[in-house]
Amino acid sequence: MENLVQIAMQNVNLAAILPSLVLCCFGMVLLLVSVFSKRGRTTHIAWMSIIALAVTALVTISGWNHPQQGFAGSVVLDNFANFFTIIFIIAAALTILISDAYLQREGYPVGEYYPLILFSTAGAMWMASGTDLMTIFLGLEVLSVALYVLAGFFRNDVRSNEAGLKYFFLGAFSTGFLLYGAALLYGVTGSTKIAVIAQQLSQLPNAATNPMMLAGAFLLLVGFLFKVAIAPFHMWTPDVYQGAPTPVTAFMSAAPKAAGFAALLRITMISLETIQLDISALFWILAVLTMIAGNFIALSQTNIKRMLAYSSIAHAGYALVGVVAWNQVGMSAILFYMLVYTFMNIGAFAVLVLAGKKGEENLTLEGFSGFGYKRPFLGVAMCIFLFALMGIPPTAGFTGKFFVFAGAVKAGYIWLAVIGVLNSAVSLYYYLRVIVYMYFRDPKEDFAWVKLEIPAVVSIVLAIAGVLILGILPGPVMELAKMAGF
Amino acid sequence: MITVYHYMLLSAILFSIGTFGVLTRKNAIVIFMCIELMLNSVNLTFIALSRHLQNMDGQIFVFFVMTVAAAEAAVGLALMIAFYRNRESIDTDDFNLLKW
Repeated sequence: MENLVQIAMQNVNLAAILPSLVLCCFGMVLLLVSVFSKRGRTTHIAWMSIIALAVTALVTISGWNHPQQGFAGSVVLDNFANFFTIIFIIAAALTILISDAYLQREGYPVGEYYPLILFSTAGAMWMASGTDLMTIFLGLEVLSVALYVLAGFFRNDVRSNEAGLKYFFLGAFSTGFLLYGAALLYGVTGSTKIAVIAQQLSQLPNAATNPMMLAGAFLLLVGFLFKVAIAPFHMWTPDVYQGAPTPVTAFMSAAPKAAGFAALLRITMISLETIQLDISALFWILAVLTMIAGNFIALSQTNIKRMLAYSSIAHAGYALVGVVAWNQVGMSAILFYMLVYTFMNIGAFAVLVLAGKKGEENLTLEGFSGFGYKRPFLGVAMCIFLFALMGIPPTAGFTGKFFVFAGAVKAGYIWLAVIGVLNSAVSLYYYLRVIVYMYFRDPKEDFAWVKLEIPAVVSIVLAIAGVLILGILPGPVMELAKMAGF
Repeated sequence: MITVYHYMLLSAILFSIGTFGVLTRKNAIVIFMCIELMLNSVNLTFIALSRHLQNMDGQIFVFFVMTVAAAEAAVGLALMIAFYRNRESIDTDDFNLLKW
């Protein structure tokens, strides 16, 4: 018996899950703290979760260039996972900074909010570091289950309820497909480990036409494409993003998307390399479809939160271009793009948090009339984020898109890059329209604006710094992204 | 003689019934039951394949799927109760505040 325990412990390497372990411990402690805190007091929990994220970031950075493998090879903490972990930590930290004042204002000062964010961040980390379909699935579910709760966090608000339920049903539905795909791949290869699947498939005669393998791969990909909101599996996104509390939307638009791409990259580029051509062709079509669906439906939106939801679909399409390219440039471009996207998108949502008053009445285009003059700081910040989302230099949106499309061109997908650039041009219309309303329209009525809260301002300033620094000096971070590729 | 193919066929049929149910039914609880049916058909696939391949990975996967399904059920039912309190209905036709 002792022998068995020893053998089992040899394969466990806790260093391979150290960042998420630290984060989960903090999360559980914070759950207890919130139970023993006075009702309605959450500010100290917010600060403690920021500390938790800082410690996790330190642990992650100290693990850079020291790849660890654990749990019999089903978890690996390589540079790829570390890079994504940093993205998740940034997303969670920026979100927590904008959350506290918002929750107080909307009348839901509940401490459980912060541990839920931490747990879903930990789930995202497992998705990025999983090398077994089992661990990736577990990470996905830890991430999603926490997010279902967060999306429906405003219990007495019907919109939030509806967003939570819609997210839950479509998320669980897509999980079913993902699992069935994993089961079929397991049947073909006899393993759920990504590397073993790759090896078995490369030895399989006629792998590219084996129906069970194709069905398995397709169903597995459907599950992930649902998560990152690629057309035609994007229909849940606008509803959920609009109904969820705004800081949750900010988090949801960044972390799960990055986690989904991390898992997608690992699975497609390692496991499914034998059918690379088929997947590239499929993703080519889906990327074009996603960019067009996101950008063209965003044109007709009058609610800014919903417009940003469609814009996030379009951005998932741009990132998918990097997967189609299937080369080193494309891969590091996705890593870079996800980082940039986290800064610019959470920044834009942070402005919305400070712009909307209770019940989020001013989040329509009309409500933004004259916004730039009434709130000069927020107006300028919103302009920077919108320019970044458009992809205009010197913001990071430009460099991110440039790297992604460069990867596509290098792989010979010139038309795809052309379609992507044309789509960016279309997106100018709906982003610029917000700026036009902010600066060239007179305010219709006098709104009671919410106070500028210091943590939220810090979050916006950090996001602006990220967008501008990555835009002007992308070199060092791009080098890190190149090191993170596998 | 019941072979692995019979199990695969059965689980494929169950999965299809589940998918069909999710797409056509209107009651949130019934939809949720259909999703559970899909997950359990996956479990059946895993166990049948695990037995066929003489390999334990599939059975371990099933444990995780069951755990996660239980966690999902807890969260999903809580969300449904919250929705019911506000709307007095859990019909998917009443999920109509957020659109286009």
